[in-house]
Amino acid sequence: MSLTSKQKATVKDFFSKMSTRSDDIGAEALSRLVAVYPQTKSYFSHWKDASPGSAPVRKHGITIMGGVYDAVGKIDDLKGGLLSLSELHAFMLRVDPVNFKLLAHCMLVCMSMIFPEEFTPQVHVAVDKFLAQLALALAEKYR
Amino acid sequence: MVEWTAAERRHVEAVWSKIDIDVCGPLALQRCLIVYPWTQRYFGSFGDLSTDAAIVGNPKVAAHGVVALTGLRTALDHMDEIKSTYAALSVLHSEKLHVDPDNFRLLCECLTIVVAGKMGKKLSPEMQAAWQKYLCAVVSALGRQYH
Repeated sequence: MSLTSKQKATVKDFFSKMSTRSDDIGAEALSRLVAVYPQTKSYFSHWKDASPGSAPVRKHGITIMGGVYDAVGKIDDLKGGLLSLSELHAFMLRVDPVNFKLLAHCMLVCMSMIFPEEFTPQVHVAVDKFLAQLALALAEKYR
Repeated sequence: MVEWTAAERRHVEAVWSKIDIDVCGPLALQRCLIVYPWTQRYFGSFGDLSTDAAIVGNPKVAAHGVVALTGLRTALDHMDEIKSTYAALSVLHSEKLHVDPDNFRLLCECLTIVVAGKMGKKLSPEMQAAWQKYLCAVVSALGRQYH
């Protein structure tokens, strides 16, 4: 399910509109991931506090969102552009790829919350596809 | 049986109180048919679904969105017996409608996104968690009679 050129443009456009709130969306999305899918906290056992809204969760959510924005810039070659990030996730972090989907859902929920008018079904499908492609690229080096 | 804390029950009730079924039902089903176009396979008799605009303007889609969301709401009055509440509906979806149960999950994802759009930040992480738990329980009950 690769992105059409129209959908790539939709993604770039929406992420550009979102940029003033991207930190908030990233922080909220990770907070919701650990709240709604508590098993994901297993990856953050090294933090003093991995509860929704905590400082380390918010900070890490912002970091992840930064990575997603970076990927928007590499939308024409996600596999190539995300090679080193994929190696990081495959060999060091070893996050089960099923969790990429869960975080993507939480990101979509936050986008809808913060941009209800702009997050139309057309934007939704384009961003959903993009996040799925991003997840695939991140999992590229897993095996 | 699913165990609910008092807080979770309150959260689920709070979300439902913000949902206008006549508005959110159609929006959720339209979004599902647009975002996951393979779900259109079950609606061959609904007429024109060939474009996003056709889906959004289709009165049968809107009516069915209300039916589906009304069905999802039933569990609210039967939170301690969700499995038995949906047993007959599960048989219907399996034996008569032949719906792949994964589609229930897809519709619920779209519903959550519609609800998030309506509630904004009022949908707290804790509310979202309880809401997700509710939807998972209903989805599981709906899939239970498949064989």
